[in-house]
Amino acid sequence: MATDTTTDPRDKQQTLLGADELVLNMGPQHPSTHGVLRVKLKLDGERVIGSECMIGYLHRGVEKIAEHRTYQQFAPYVDRMDYVAAVSNGLGYCEAIEKLLMVEAPPRAKVIRTILTELQRIASHLLWLGTHALDIGALTPLFYCFREREEILKIFEKYCGARLTTHAFRIGGLQYEAYDTLEKDVESFCKAFEPRIKDYEDLLTQNRIWLGRTKGVGILKAEDAIAMGATGPVLRASGVKWDIRKAMPYAAYDQYKFEIPVGTTGDTYDRYLVRMEEMRQSRLICLQAIENIPTGPIMAKVGKVLKPPPGEVYHSIEAPKGELGYYVISDGTVQPYRVRIRPPSFVNLQAFDKMARGHLVADVVAIIGTLDIVLGEVDR
Amino acid sequence: MEFVKQYWAPLVCGLVIVAVLPLIVGYVVLVERKIMADMQARLGPMRVGPHGLLQPIADAVKLLIKEDIIPEDADKLVFWLAPVLSVAAALLAIAGLAIGPAFQIAKDVNIGILFVVGVSAMGIFGIVLGGWASNSHYSLIGALRSSAQLVSYETAAGMALVCGLLFAGTLNIASIVEAQRTQGIWFGLLAPVAFFTYLVASIAETNRAPFDLPEAESELVAGYMTEFSGFRWSLYFLAEYTNMIVVASVATTLFLGGWLRPFSETHWLNFIDFLPPLLMICIGVYCLIRTPKQPARVQQLFMLAVAGLCFAVALVLAAPVLVPIIKPSLAAAVKPYYEGILGGFWFVFKVSAYIYFFMWLRFTLPRYRFDQLMRLGWHFLIPLSIINVLLIGIAMIAGQYFHLAGWSLLLTTIPASIIALIVALFILATEQKSEPQKASGAAPDSYA
Repeated sequence: MATDTTTDPRDKQQTLLGADELVLNMGPQHPSTHGVLRVKLKLDGERVIGSECMIGYLHRGVEKIAEHRTYQQFAPYVDRMDYVAAVSNGLGYCEAIEKLLMVEAPPRAKVIRTILTELQRIASHLLWLGTHALDIGALTPLFYCFREREEILKIFEKYCGARLTTHAFRIGGLQYEAYDTLEKDVESFCKAFEPRIKDYEDLLTQNRIWLGRTKGVGILKAEDAIAMGATGPVLRASGVKWDIRKAMPYAAYDQYKFEIPVGTTGDTYDRYLVRMEEMRQSRLICLQAIENIPTGPIMAKVGKVLKPPPGEVYHSIEAPKGELGYYVISDGTVQPYRVRIRPPSFVNLQAFDKMARGHLVADVVAIIGTLDIVLGEVDR
Repeated sequence: MEFVKQYWAPLVCGLVIVAVLPLIVGYVVLVERKIMADMQARLGPMRVGPHGLLQPIADAVKLLIKEDIIPEDADKLVFWLAPVLSVAAALLAIAGLAIGPAFQIAKDVNIGILFVVGVSAMGIFGIVLGGWASNSHYSLIGALRSSAQLVSYETAAGMALVCGLLFAGTLNIASIVEAQRTQGIWFGLLAPVAFFTYLVASIAETNRAPFDLPEAESELVAGYMTEFSGFRWSLYFLAEYTNMIVVASVATTLFLGGWLRPFSETHWLNFIDFLPPLLMICIGVYCLIRTPKQPARVQQLFMLAVAGLCFAVALVLAAPVLVPIIKPSLAAAVKPYYEGILGGFWFVFKVSAYIYFFMWLRFTLPRYRFDQLMRLGWHFLIPLSIINVLLIGIAMIAGQYFHLAGWSLLLTTIPASIIALIVALFILATEQKSEPQKASGAAPDSYA
């Protein structure tokens, strides 16, 4: 992750007034580094001439833990990676292990999984919108976003009893049957949510200050984004139409109609627009899904003790922040031999230095915000 | 007696202000938090006292008993001095203000408004020195930003004030209000562009959102205040809110008719005098209606107390209006009380409205970036305010030529304001045209 800042020719540039550059240490305790990210900024005045992300303050060794747990025991741990999108993490893991076991979740389980995952995407994007706007100085959207997020968390709570680290899914399907009013709750949320998105847009989209703070800030060109391995809204805002839900459909996504929003310039404003549109699309997916939830079992036939055949599998899903991949090697025992997780935040964070150079300190927080990183996932 | 009037009365007044202002500021903060909560779909402080009414006192106690930390490498003397300087300048500026014709500490200062503006601008020393003395990068950047911002916006604010002073023909604060009475029109109506310029510049001068860059918490933690804690920090806080009151008072005095009620010289609108007591009675009645709905006995008693207070205030406000009607012989004796009490109400009302607008902006708008702030100041506000001074001057000369005064002066100032508005739109349009080029590369250099 550490960028070699010494060999970059731009570092040799003459600073204004010929003064030495100022090294500013942002984080790990800073209001807007979204957790414990530490950024070493080299500044000329307020201009960033180099940056270095220092991570690992939240490292818990999740991948190593996996090697000492059975397949089922490890499932709750993945919720603690991207803790604002725990449902998506769980979906990725469960589907990866199902692929390894060569079983498939029943259709009813798949649809319920899709509904909850899409709700989680909205919740995650809402959290992003609130904190991103707060970083740029707009205080109020945060509270509006949390109001809506609360509704989603209530649905999770009703479904599985937990709000944040839900552990909603099991390998092979679901443990809990959908509660009676799930469809009604989701529908009423979706109905109420439509005008709410408009409220956020009214506050921000055409706001001169918001435009000034986000347009042209942190531009990531499509080829750079691809070279860096960026995924999710960060990639799509650069104009690359790549969404795993469409490219390699999983869960029940192949049954639903939805658009993939893409940006043009790949600046902070485009990423904002892309995520806003994604929330709308997720809402549409939820509405389509609740219309027709198939009946039937919610759990495939898997044994109490999971012993996948020796082999390896890579499975990735479109988490709210990008491609979340699980690479699992089985040696035929009850414990995985190795679990490697490809976290979208970690990979997207690589683009930070490229995006921040030449901008001002104020833009740095906007760029950290627009990358939508969760340090629990970056450090694992 | 003369001696007492000349020296001791202002001194006592000053002491009272120094003692009471922190309390007022505390409640301004509470009101701000309540308004913010209302706009953000939540309740705000509710725990300390009914509806959080004792919150400011709890906060003050907390700040006073907090550990006082001075960083190891800080310049101790300057670190100690800086917040004091900041708050002293802000409190000194209060002395020049006139809340009513009778309430003014520094009376008949012939450079009144210049004194207020000059002294409140001294507060920047506290910020710069504090930022420098803390020996921290965040503080230093915050202080640098603050000084640059203040210097830039002081110019625009000054130019806007000049417009008002052109109409008043005096710098004496009491005389400025008096001039608005004799001319029968507020200067804010005669020079709306100047009022707008001052509004924006005063937000920037008091470091309030969307221009709160010196203490932009998401970037600079707390800007120049980062290393300050406990009482020192609260002094900065006090200075900031006092400055808010000062700029609001200056705007009220110069543009909104000071302690004059709306249409003070139009006698058939005299019923406006009854609005303040009526307003208080309405609040009181509302409290009475809500009283039975309160769940706890304490809350019911509290609501009754608030209602009683409102009725008492209503009585005080109504007395000077009602007495001359009942007993016309007392009219002359009551006049000073009328000016003092109702004038005080209108002044506080206007200042509150102005501050409410500040708060409203803070909760609605994102924050400017530093270079954008500078561009707005130097490329937009300063040219606009200078052009506006010229136009208003021309309008006044034209007005004299046609023997216009009072409301009829609008005939010349409205075209002047429209021209200024067109200039403003023109500047904005050229700004927008030049923006795409900047967007392609890095942000422009703010220090260049």
